[in-house]
This record gives sequence, C-alpha cells and structure tokens, in this order.
Amino acid sequence: MAKDGLTEFRLIGTRPDRPDGLDKVTGRARYGADFALPGMLFGAVVRSPHAHARIVRIDTSRALALEGVKAVVTRADLPDGLEGEDWDLQENTLAGDRALYDGHAVAAVAATSRLLAEEAARLIEVDYEVLPHVIDVDDAIRPDAPVIRQGAADASVPEGMPPNVVRYMEFGHGDIEAGFAEADIVRERSYRTEAAHQGYIEPHACVGQLGADGAGEMWVCTQGQWYIRRMCAAVLGLETAQLRVTPSEIGGGFGGKTTIFMEPLSLALSRKAGGRPVKIVMSRAEVLRATGPTASASMDVRIGMKKDGTITAARAEFRMQGGAFPGAPVDMALYCAFAPYKLPAVQHIGYDVLANRPKCAAYRAPGSPMGAFAVESLLDEMCRELGIDPVEMRLTNAVREGDRASYGPTFGSIGLVEVLEAAKGHPNMAAPLGPNQGRGIASGYWFNHSGETSVSMAISEDGTAQVSVGTPDIGGSRASIALMVAERLGIPYEDVRVNVVETGALGVNEPTHGSRATFASGKAAVVAAEQAIAEMCRRAAAEWGIDAEAVEWVDGAAQPAGPNAGRFPPMTIAEIAGKMGQTGGPISGHHEGLPEGVGASFGAHVVDVEVDPETGRVTILRYVVVQDAGRAIHPAYVEGQYQGGAVQGIGWALNEEYVYDDRGRLANPAFLDYRVPVASDLPMIDTVIVEVPNPGHPYGVRGVGETGITPPLPAIANAIEDAVGVRLTHLPMSPSKVLAALKGRG
Amino acid sequence: MRYHTPTTFAEAAGIAAAAQGVTRFLAGGTDVLVQMRAGMVLPDDLIDLKKIDGVDRIDPTPEGGWRIGVAVPGIALGAHEALRADWPGVVEGMELVGSTQIQGRATLVGNLCNGSPAADSVPGLVAAGAMAEITGPDGGRVVPVADIPAGPGRTTLQPGEVISALLLPPRGTAGGDAYLRFIPRTEMDIAVVGCAVNLRCDGDTVTEASVVLGAVAPTVVSVPAASAAIIGTALDDTALGTLAEAASAACRPIDDKRGTIAFRTEVAGVLAKRAARIAHARAKGENA
Ligand SMILES: Cc1cc2nc3c(=O)[nH]c(=O)nc-3n(C[C@H](O)[C@H](O)[C@H](O)COP(=O)(O)OP(=O)(O)OC[C@H]3O[C@@H](n4cnc5c(N)ncnc54)[C@H](O)[C@@H]3O)c2cc1C
Repeated sequence: MAKDGLTEFRLIGTRPDRPDGLDKVTGRARYGADFALPGMLFGAVVRSPHAHARIVRIDTSRALALEGVKAVVTRADLPDGLEGEDWDLQENTLAGDRALYDGHAVAAVAATSRLLAEEAARLIEVDYEVLPHVIDVDDAIRPDAPVIRQGAADASVPEGMPPNVVRYMEFGHGDIEAGFAEADIVRERSYRTEAAHQGYIEPHACVGQLGADGAGEMWVCTQGQWYIRRMCAAVLGLETAQLRVTPSEIGGGFGGKTTIFMEPLSLALSRKAGGRPVKIVMSRAEVLRATGPTASASMDVRIGMKKDGTITAARAEFRMQGGAFPGAPVDMALYCAFAPYKLPAVQHIGYDVLANRPKCAAYRAPGSPMGAFAVESLLDEMCRELGIDPVEMRLTNAVREGDRASYGPTFGSIGLVEVLEAAKGHPNMAAPLGPNQGRGIASGYWFNHSGETSVSMAISEDGTAQVSVGTPDIGGSRASIALMVAERLGIPYEDVRVNVVETGALGVNEPTHGSRATFASGKAAVVAAEQAIAEMCRRAAAEWGIDAEAVEWVDGAAQPAGPNAGRFPPMTIAEIAGKMGQTGGPISGHHEGLPEGVGASFGAHVVDVEVDPETGRVTILRYVVVQDAGRAIHPAYVEGQYQGGAVQGIGWALNEEYVYDDRGRLANPAFLDYRVPVASDLPMIDTVIVEVPNPGHPYGVRGVGETGITPPLPAIANAIEDAVGVRLTHLPMSPSKVLAALKGRG
Repeated sequence: MRYHTPTTFAEAAGIAAAAQGVTRFLAGGTDVLVQMRAGMVLPDDLIDLKKIDGVDRIDPTPEGGWRIGVAVPGIALGAHEALRADWPGVVEGMELVGSTQIQGRATLVGNLCNGSPAADSVPGLVAAGAMAEITGPDGGRVVPVADIPAGPGRTTLQPGEVISALLLPPRGTAGGDAYLRFIPRTEMDIAVVGCAVNLRCDGDTVTEASVVLGAVAPTVVSVPAASAAIIGTALDDTALGTLAEAASAACRPIDDKRGTIAFRTEVAGVLAKRAARIAHARAKGENA
C-alpha cells in the first residue's frame, strides 16, 4: 500500500526470522537476572509499608550482625546537594527524611545469598511516624490536601495554586468562544483513567560493581544503557565515564525501563562491600509497588460541533498525578488529545499534581491514551446524537499535510486520511452484530521521536557486516536494522549481524523509546553503510586505477559506472574485504547526531464487543488495528507492535488499575489482581499496515511502537455504548462498573 | 525450617501435634510454596504428605461413592472418566483452579484447607455432600466438608489433625451437579462469585437440590432457601427468579479490589440460575 507504489526492494518488507529468535525460544538468551559473576553478593531492599511517613530511625545493627551480610546502605550513604530531576531520582532511589509512597525504598542490604539478604532486610528496623496521605488526583489538587513536598512547583505554576500542583500549562489557538458560538451542539463531559503499569514480563534486574576508585560496571535489563549510566552517576556522585553499562536482553519495557530504580543501590552496596559485585532482582510485588506505572487522570472536555460533523472548537482541561514527583505526562496528553483534528479554535489546560504514589515512568505513548479516551469518547457521543457516521466525522475533520496541528506545529507528510479510508473499507466494518453486541471506533496519535544516536558498522574479512547500535532491541529492531543495512550493501540479510553494545563502545545514545530505534538507529546505520560503500568504491577504484567517482555500488559489488569508466568485472564485497588489510586497513562507517525527519503515526481501531447484561462482562469479539507505518521494514514485527499496543490498551480499558486501600497501600501488587489480559481473553488482533512513506527516512520509516495503545480505551467505551446503551467515563470498564451502569447505579 | 516426609497419616499427625511453631502440610504446594516465596508464611515445620501410600489414588467405595487421596492433582481428577460422569460439577470446580502447570499439582484438600472463601472446588464438594476423613493424634473422625472452613485462612481442624482422604457419596440415579464462577478474565483468576448446584430429578421435576455459594461470605455458604425455591419445580422462570433472589439474599460479601458488594450479590443470583440449568440438564442425561 506504498503511497508512491513504485519502489521495489530486495529485502525491505520481507519477513525473515529475527536474529535473536533462536536464543529466545531455546532459553539461551541472557536476560537481566541471568547474569552472574564470581564472588557476587545479592541485594534486597527495605520498603516503606506506609503511603506517607516520617522516617524517625533506621537501625541496621541486627542485620549487620547476621553472618554473611556484607553491606547496608541508607540515604546517609548517598551524596547531598543534588537538584532538579537528579534530586528526584535520588530521593526515589532511597527515601530521605520521609517515605513518600507505599513501596518507597528506605534501605538496602547485600549478603552472600538471596535468602540471607531477604532475612537481613527483615531485620532492619525502621520507625515511622505516619503522616496524612493523598492518593486520588482530584483529592490531591484540593487546597487542604496533605502536602507532598513544599517548593516542588516550577516557574510555570501561578501564585496561589494548591500546593501539590507542580507544573501548569495553558496553550491553544483561535477564538474559542466564537468557535463554540458557531456550533450547533456543544457538549461537555468529565472522564477518569486509573494508573496502569507497563506490565513487562521481566522484572528489573541488575548486577553492579563499584570499586573504591570510583570505577564501576553494570549489567542491567534496560531500554537505555546511557541513561542508566548518567542517572546512576548523578545519584551516587560518580564520574560518568568511569561507569560502563552493558544492557541484557530485555523482556519488555514499554517505557518503564528508561529510568533507574534499584540500579544505584547495587553499586552503592558493592562499594561498601569492598567492590564485590551485587545482584538485585525485583519481585513482581516490588515492580508493581515501586516502578512504572503511568499517571492517573481526571479530565474535562468540551467540544462544539456543527450538524454536518465539523468541529468548531474544543477545550480540554486535564489533571494528572504521576506520584510523589513531578513528571505526569499531562503535556503529552494535551498535545495528542486533539491531534487528529483540524481545529479553528482549541484551548488546553494542564495540571501536574503530586500524590503519595510511585514516581510514574513513561508508558507507551505517555499521556496519549488518557487524552484519547476523553476526546474520542465525547466525539463518539456527539456523532450518535447528531446521527453522523463516526468514520465520516473523522474524515471531515482529519488533519492533512500542511495543516496546523492542535498543539502548534505544522504537519508534514502524514497518513491519517489513508488510515481512516482503510478502516472504512475493512470487512469488520460490515460484520453483522447480534444482541448485546456493539462496534466502536477511535483514532490515536503519537509524534515519534529521534534523539541522540550513534551507530558504527564494520565490514568483516569475509565481506559480512557487523553493526553496533546503542538502542536495545525490544520489538525486533535488530532484524529491521539488519534488513536495511543488507538492502543498502546488497548482501544477504543473514550476512549482517546487529549488536546492541555497551556504553564504552559508542557515543551517547538515548534509549529505545519514542518509537525511535528503527527510525533513528536505522537511519544512522544506513548512513554508516553508505560510508563503507564509498570506501569500498575507493578501494576498487584504486585497484583499477580509475577515479573513485567513476565507481558505483550495485548488488553487493563495486563496478565501473558506465562504459566510459573502464571495463572491469565487478569486485564483490567479499573480494574487497578479503584484501582490506593490504589496501588500507579496516573498512567501516560511523554516524552520529540527532537524525532529522521524524514521521508521526496515526492509527484507527475498530472493535466489536459483546456485553453480558447480567454480569457486565465485556468480551472482545473482533479487533482490527489500522495504522500508518511509513514503510514496514519487517511487517511481522510491525504487526506485533500493533497487536501488542492494542492488547495493552484493552487491558487498561477493561481491568487494569492500581487499587489503593484506605491507608494508601497498593492493594493489588500481583498479577492475580493487577489484571493484564490473558491470551484466552482475546481474539486474534487483525492488523492493516498503511504505508505513507516518511520522506525523512531513507526507507520511509515512521515509528510504530506507541500509537497502538491509544485508541483501544475510547474504542471499547464507544463499542459498549453501541452494544447496551450505557456510556462509561471512568476506566477500567470492569464488570462491576458496567453492571452498575446497566442497573442505573453508575 | 524442618522438612518432614512421613509415610503414614498417623506419623504425619504425630509430627504436627509435636510441632511448636508455624506448621504446614504440603500437598501440591501451589498455595504453600507461593506463600513462602512471598514471605507471607515461613513455616517452622513443613510436612510433605506425598510419601504416604495411596495418596495419589481415586478408589470406588463399597457404597458406590468415591474415595479421593489427598495428593490427587486436578489433572488426574479431570482424566478420571467414571468420577467425572458421577460428579461433573465437583470435577469442573477443581479443573478451574489455575493453569495446566498448577493442575499438575493442585489438590482438592489443599484447596479446602488453604481456607480461601473463593476456593473453586469447595462449593461443589459441599453441594455434593462430600465428607472429610481426618486423622488426628488421638485417632480418626469423619466430618462433612461443609464443616471444615472456619473463615478466611482458617479451618476447624485441630492442631495435629490432617485430612487423610475425601469421600464423595454415591451419585444415584437422575442426579446432576454443576459449578460456575465469575472472574473478570477468562482464566488465571480468582472467583469473584462462585456457585455450585447439585440436584436430583424425577422427570423434569427437581426432587432434591443443594445450592452453595463461594466468595460471597467468610466461608462457603449453603443456601437452603435457594434449594427450596427449585424443589418441586421444572426450573420455570418463576422458580429460577426465586432461586436467584434467595441466592442473592444469602450473600454477606465484602467490597474489595475484586468486586463490590452490589456486584457480588447480584451476580450470585445470576450464577445460581445458570448453574441450576446446567445441573438440571445433566440430571436428565443431556450433555451440558
Ligand atoms: C497460578 C495459580 C493459580 C491459582 N488459581 C486458582 C483458582 O483458579 N482457584 C482456586 O480456588 N485456587 C487457585 N489457586 C490456589 C491453589 O492452587 C489451590 O488452592 C490448590 O487447590 C491448593 O492445593 P495444593 O495441593 O497445592 O495445596 P498446598 O499448597 O499443598 O496446601 C494448601 C493448604 O492446605 C493445607 N493442607 C494440605 N493438605 C492438607 C491435608 N491433607 N490436611 C490438612 N491440611 C492440608 C496446607 O497446610 C496449606 O495450608 C491458584 C494458585 C496459583 C499459584
């Protein structure tokens, strides 16, 4: 479905096995917890059982007296004087004078076995003075709420705001009141979403080693080894270059592994234990209580619409809590909320609010799903009221290339219209619906991101190629990068090996986040391959005694460019590589920078549900994801991203939520009660890959990893209304909530 | 922690009676080991029952019922066709427990003695009139399974007492049972409400019935009023309506992370109706 319909590729768009596949299915792949070193100790973390408490006393003597215990670390072991995000990271690593949420780390211990470390952790005595706490965002924003931290607000917060508001934003364009006045109907509603965890299968795990000289190493499950390095160095007061960080294979991250949690503790414990390496592996309960999750949101949306479906004005006010630290993605939520629509007038207002919960981390399209839930739900209701087809309404208002985005910039090449047309024509749209069954549709958006990128590639003696990237492979990026490099070099896919390397091997790379790996590392790898090609052409030219400019690279070989250049048989990559030791030494390429030309990705999802009117259970009958990939380098892994995003969105929509008891403790820190969907809950998720190539990438790539989690939340709410006539505005739409709504108790 | 492997129930009871601290029996371990790993229970004495002769057997009793060993895993119950033909509701309750991996280990007795109000196999056992054979330091006794649960995490077993087998009564003619649970997902979840119905028919008419609810009170609850609502009827809509009301009225649930009071109360009635229909069809020899 390529927009140009012209380009033919040898490898791009094929579906070879991923290079890491065999290791993964045979259990050979090394994940975070698989790493071990001689003399290694095991760490355990003492965590606050209170949502908010002053730490009166920590007594570590009984733990230290235990045979086999080698070190204990408290906040007193970390340097003073940090500021801003560094201070937040340090405070989250180990509580200072107050524990700020249930699960907040208070102390850590290292011992010769894991069981011993856990026993020692139980022997560390902490006296707490319990303080009033606040969990809910609307409670936290009240002027009389317990104050999480004085002076945490930044300069954006106007005088006189409630004390837990730490960031405030207001932006938009056009005459909003005139826009509403022009509308035939103006509707307003409030929505709420609950905190959801990224739910990666692999818990956080690391082995850290730090000597008295301040030089250290870490092996860790992460999306970004340079982030780990910088953040650990900041929290512990180390010199960044003295720390070398190697990423393991990664069992999911979804944004939650772009920051630090217990990693600095393993280094701090190692330093106190005479430099012996210390391994820390989180339990699932620790993962749920103290890492991730995303923010919870309370949102008001107001939209004006004409009878023909034209949107005349829109306004959103979002309040989000992202835990006890600034950083709820309220800005992103607002940027994305109206992004699919061309709006003459729009206003956004956002509050970032502190509450006694864990520090939120990025989660797949941070903020966008919440905003979409509110906006796409209200639009659907308005279409129903006006009797307009929801796809037609979306087409009527769809943004196109050159339009001004709701959040300011002008869109380049985008594929929203193509996506909506493909959804409209999908067979699921015509599938018959039975009693208590309904269909919902919603759109979603993510910007995608580029970021600091450094890639090296080198030709081996036999003409195969190795590529060193700094972006850990979460969703098949090694396969995609290998395809692009092999395409460019004109060699088989199997001849390219892509390695995810440690911090000592390249310049700074941002993590695999923002759907950037295939775009940014891929683009840099293609540039690096082109440098190697140029060098190989020079080597051939030198041997032939002709100008380098007179040589071209075709099908994996140098050849004279046209009859005037001379008559020589093509010189293959293997021939050139085989004698590179005599012709000038190693042949490689390297590119670094901030790759430009990121392409945004729009998607639309269509879901059919059935609601059991007696129990409120919602069953997903059919589901299709339609999304613009720019170009699918490896379509199977693009489909995997679409399906994975949809499934995480379905979980968030139907059952996933952080539940707190009245003392502010997380009531469901286990997968039993933190309900991600299981395989039998879902039908096969159908996918349609729309390809409107991104002109900013050599092969047209847009990021595809994040948009897919955005539409499921509203699409399912819209389908439930279609099925049984009740509108749910508070996630998750669990059986209890759906049944209550059906019985008029909602 | 001391790990024991007695070879008789008398020996197991003796070890348990002599133990001073926290004691657990180990059947499948799918509750005990998980609780140990989570640090919730750290036993001083762990008494493995799987080395005792016969604990993995399912035997017919002279009366025509069944004697089920305390280490028989869910997967073996499910594979036993004669037992399943007699008591499909009991077997389906146990088969709902966990996943394939858990089924390879988890037992009926462990499900009962773990003391969860939401245990999936217990309503079916109680509705069937199952009995527990108990060995204690001073000898044995046989009590209805219904008398074992005492509240969340508690049983009426005395210190040193161990269940040595479960006994299911003879099925008799024209009987059928069924168990349904409500969970938000489709598997790997814990019952928000559970309901077992065991009944006997004469033609279409119900002549005996037992309706038992799980997860709606501190222990499993038998609901005589619900049984009465369907005895003498052919499960017409009015009878089913009265059944549902009686089941809902018997609920004493809590509001928690798994469901609200209103939800559990409401859905108890819905499941009672649905389970009764299945049990009725089975009693009449229909496939259900
Ligand atoms: C992933 C997972 C999913 C699960 N899903 C479900 C589910 O869907 N539904 C459900 O109901 N449960 C579920 N469970 C809980 C558990 O599997 C069941 O309760 C199981 O039946 C316990 O049996 P067991 O043999 O493993 O018990 P064990 O763990 O061996 O023992 C449980 C308790 O019973 C006591 N006990 C054992 N045998 C005796 C005896 N002979 N006499 C006296 N006391 C004894 C032990 O001391 C202990 O307190 C699940 C557990 C897991 C880990």
